[in-house]
Amino acid sequence: MKKISLIIQREYLSRVKKKSFLVTTVLVPVLMFAAITGMVYVAINADEQQVIAVWDESGRFIQQLDSTDENYKLIYSSPKPEETRDSMMSRLDADILVHIQGQHSQTPDSVLIYKEGGVSLAAKSFISTAINDIHQDKLLEEAGIQQSKIDSIQSQKLPFRSIDLKNNQETNTEIASMIGYGMGLLIYLILFIYGAGVMRGVMEEKTNRIAEVIISSVRPFQLMMGKIIGIALVGLTQFLIWGVIMILLNFLLPFLIPDLQGLTPGNLSAIPAGAPNIQDIQNNESIHFIQTAMNQNWGLIIGAFLFYFLGGYFMYASMFAAVGSLVNEDMQDAQQMTIPISMPIIFAFIIMAATAENPNSPLAIFGSLFPLTSPIVMMARIPYDVPGWQLGLSMLFLVLGFIGMTWISGKIYRTGILMYGKKITWKEVFKWLRYH
Amino acid sequence: MLKLQQVKKYYAGQKAVDDVSFDVRQGSIFGLLGPNGAGKSSILRMITGITQPDSGEIYIENQKINALSQSESIGYMPEERGLYKKMKIGEQAMYLAQLKGLTRLQASQQIKIWFEKLDMMSWWNKKVEDLSKGMSQKLQFVTTVIHQPKLLILDEPFSGLDPVNSEVIKKEIFQLSKSGTTVLFSTHRMEQVEEICEDIVLINKGKVLINGQVDQIRKEFKKNQYKYKVSGNLDVFEEKIIDKSDQGITLQLQHQQEAQEILKYCLDHQMNVYGFEEILPGLNEIFIQAVEGNAARTFEKEINV
Repeated sequence: MKKISLIIQREYLSRVKKKSFLVTTVLVPVLMFAAITGMVYVAINADEQQVIAVWDESGRFIQQLDSTDENYKLIYSSPKPEETRDSMMSRLDADILVHIQGQHSQTPDSVLIYKEGGVSLAAKSFISTAINDIHQDKLLEEAGIQQSKIDSIQSQKLPFRSIDLKNNQETNTEIASMIGYGMGLLIYLILFIYGAGVMRGVMEEKTNRIAEVIISSVRPFQLMMGKIIGIALVGLTQFLIWGVIMILLNFLLPFLIPDLQGLTPGNLSAIPAGAPNIQDIQNNESIHFIQTAMNQNWGLIIGAFLFYFLGGYFMYASMFAAVGSLVNEDMQDAQQMTIPISMPIIFAFIIMAATAENPNSPLAIFGSLFPLTSPIVMMARIPYDVPGWQLGLSMLFLVLGFIGMTWISGKIYRTGILMYGKKITWKEVFKWLRYH
Repeated sequence: MLKLQQVKKYYAGQKAVDDVSFDVRQGSIFGLLGPNGAGKSSILRMITGITQPDSGEIYIENQKINALSQSESIGYMPEERGLYKKMKIGEQAMYLAQLKGLTRLQASQQIKIWFEKLDMMSWWNKKVEDLSKGMSQKLQFVTTVIHQPKLLILDEPFSGLDPVNSEVIKKEIFQLSKSGTTVLFSTHRMEQVEEICEDIVLINKGKVLINGQVDQIRKEFKKNQYKYKVSGNLDVFEEKIIDKSDQGITLQLQHQQEAQEILKYCLDHQMNVYGFEEILPGLNEIFIQAVEGNAARTFEKEINV
């Protein structure tokens, strides 16, 4: 026991002390935060106001265009005799010139937008929406339909709410699917990133020929488990640091962007990534959204996440360790040998994507019970309230699968780690499993 | 100290070690010899407990081997040397010493003693990847003996070592043996064996060919060749001369008695005798003879069948 803790210590410290660990652990959340803050900042602080000169030959739009958007200022004008577009724009001090072509009082032929260096997507969409709205209103009016009637009909929407029968609480399938998808994706990434870390570690020990020295002091199984546990702790440390940094930065946010009044740091994380529509947060729908998100059983979700993270990680890490022990220096071999491991992970991801849409399909139920896919698929089902027996069975299978897989991997590992120089095929590996 | 009894090991149906038995005396330096692929490393791996014999027993100090619980009294340097390249040398030695059961304090004390002895103190904060091959071999040796093992197992300890470091390691092996450590090492280089070993076992294709004390083996394989360094020539024994040089004249004789008779002849003929010795075959010769003889015998058998 003392020896395995020595191994865990070495595996943990040698990784945590590396510069790359510091970089990914601290820099990643800071960069993510900077990106989100930047987006929010841009969204809140309007661009510099742009002056749009409107030269309307048809005359249908003069003084009609909506200029409530403070990003744009509209000036109606037409060129003086012998004035070029450029001199007209500089006379009006305009950034953009909109030329509505056509005969007087007729439907315009086309609209040209001039700007030095090309017009931005936002400005173009503002102009085209504004002009098209008025254009359509005019057409409706000419056809004898009142716009106000259409508006009042369109605003008549029936409210929908979904209530969970079990606890009479409001549920939101979009949120549940988002949470499930996010958690599943996270586990998917963890399995690959940390699994590959274990494999590289084993390969390093094998190619450096240190493994034989170590296993003259400890059992190969202890060496393998020491490495797997050490790397698991590195992962947990990383999560912990990320969590702490995220919370700290969230508290920092209001100081960086004072305009964010009414937004408490806590619920910022609930804003979907498309932060630009930040103003929406104040309206009812968003608050409602956050409330239903809070209604989720977070205790269960986080608890299940930790269980499936660790269970899935331990199972796959032992498989990655076994593969690492089979490979010699050749990286290409490693890639080939990992295919049998990558396949179920990718397969699980595909089932998970389908599960997020339809959490109770037979495929989803199978995927959430089968131990090779359950860590990813079950996470996508958890927010939808999985029946207790399925959750229990899935956890039991995962534990059994993890024990069985570790046992098999241990057997492969202890033979593979001492085979130097020779390319090992899966066929030989099956022979070891049968004869040893 | 160490006893192997009818040990067998198969790999994928092939006999790697086939019914091997030998004893290693406490405090002796024991050579495990054999050509490449004879099964030396397989035997050493079984003694260290890395693999288990398929049949037969291995005893250490009259107890059935349980290599992991005994690992603290065994030091093992495998043929394929290896260290963590990115780890600092001091940390690496500390880690390996602690895996062998030393406490932090004991480990650091022992490492200091050895590092000073082998002039390695300035390496402490260097990484293994910055060391030359010879330096890392020295480090490897230190990490093998750091926990003062009772049984030291070295697989081809001198391969890849330059003469200077080879000499350093040899000296340390002698020192350890003198202080009571039993040393078992494998090699296919005979000149080292003659220099260092008291006992040897020679194996080929997984089987023991010769086993015993070096001196006795050489006597057993002697061919009654004698070297005379005398004033005057020995041309009368023309048909017996097999070598003639400034160092003397070598004769192939029938038995020891004859050697004495010739010596008497020299004295009777007023020759000065500067030197007289019996030429014992080198282990190298015995080794080649035994391996080839063995190969020839198996070859004969196949033909007879």
